Amino acid sequence: MTSYTEIKQDLRAIQRREMLGGAKATIPLIIGAIPFGIIFGTLAGPSGLSAWGALAMSVIVFAGSAQFIALGLMAAGAAVPVIIATTFVVNLRHILYAANLVPKVAHLPHRWRVMMAFGLTDETFAAVSNRFMLQQNTEHAHWFYLGSWLAMYGNWILCTGLGIALGELFPDMTDWGLDFAMSVTFIGMVVPYLKTKPMWGAVIVSGAIAMATFGMPHKLGLIVAALCGIATGLSFHLLLKRSSAQETHHD
Amino acid sequence: MTEVLLIAGMFMATFSVRYVLFAVAGKVRFPPWLTTGLSFVPPAVLTAIIVPAVLLPRGELWLRFDNPWLLAGVFAALVAFWRRDLLTTIVLGMFCFMLLRFGFGL
Repeated sequence: MTSYTEIKQDLRAIQRREMLGGAKATIPLIIGAIPFGIIFGTLAGPSGLSAWGALAMSVIVFAGSAQFIALGLMAAGAAVPVIIATTFVVNLRHILYAANLVPKVAHLPHRWRVMMAFGLTDETFAAVSNRFMLQQNTEHAHWFYLGSWLAMYGNWILCTGLGIALGELFPDMTDWGLDFAMSVTFIGMVVPYLKTKPMWGAVIVSGAIAMATFGMPHKLGLIVAALCGIATGLSFHLLLKRSSAQETHHD
Repeated sequence: MTEVLLIAGMFMATFSVRYVLFAVAGKVRFPPWLTTGLSFVPPAVLTAIIVPAVLLPRGELWLRFDNPWLLAGVFAALVAFWRRDLLTTIVLGMFCFMLLRFGFGL
């Protein structure tokens, strides 16, 4: 006969196993985020963000790409509302992640879903989508998510702090051209997307408009360029779909 | 004060996007065109940042062969097409950039 305490102990063991599993699945992605966090901390001071501001941003906002872009915009003298609007546009991709996860977690209590929303990064989504989509028994998978988030979050804050310390130890590090680290990271992120013609269209238009609107005040050109790129990609996609539908119709 | 505003605003812009679907928990469905549109967001935004950063690294157009940002950027893109691995792209791209700047003094 199993007592109530035994069942509770079993449950704890399952939860611990899920959490560890989540943290482990996130390790390869954390390794990729380490240089990112350190460079963010290092570039904060020279971009005009205080050490405490940088740390608070990592703790409160917790959005790697958006934080990086915010630094770049600050350094270029952009206004606060433009930085916030850009953050919004950059983070829109997270809606796609949430749309994938929600059907699996809709039954969970509200506080769990708040945790999941706060911890929804590219890395954690990549680590947990496998667990949620491809495996059975997702009853305790939210603990897996929690483990992944805590690993990612802890590492991000730690690396930010490390970067801030490095930046203060070597103040002339900014002359080394670390701003290029951001460009090269983004190049590595964009290239895997370039598999379809609409995607090429989106990227070419976005880049060209970004050059044409470079002189716009408050760095608004970035948002204009991104929206033009997205509109191009979407129109191109819909046109291709329509013409292929017509071809099938004629056959 | 500006930093408090900035961080509070960025938090809201980030959390609201991440939270909205979790809050309504599956009661809304996206039309397909919106899902497709959203898939263009990351590459469009990132490209709008990269292109000026490598073509105008010092605020003015620098479209010549002695621009290390441009050369290393093109090199990094080639590496990314070749290996499609983020870490390799970052390491080789940074190496190329450092070599051009401090090895060749560009």
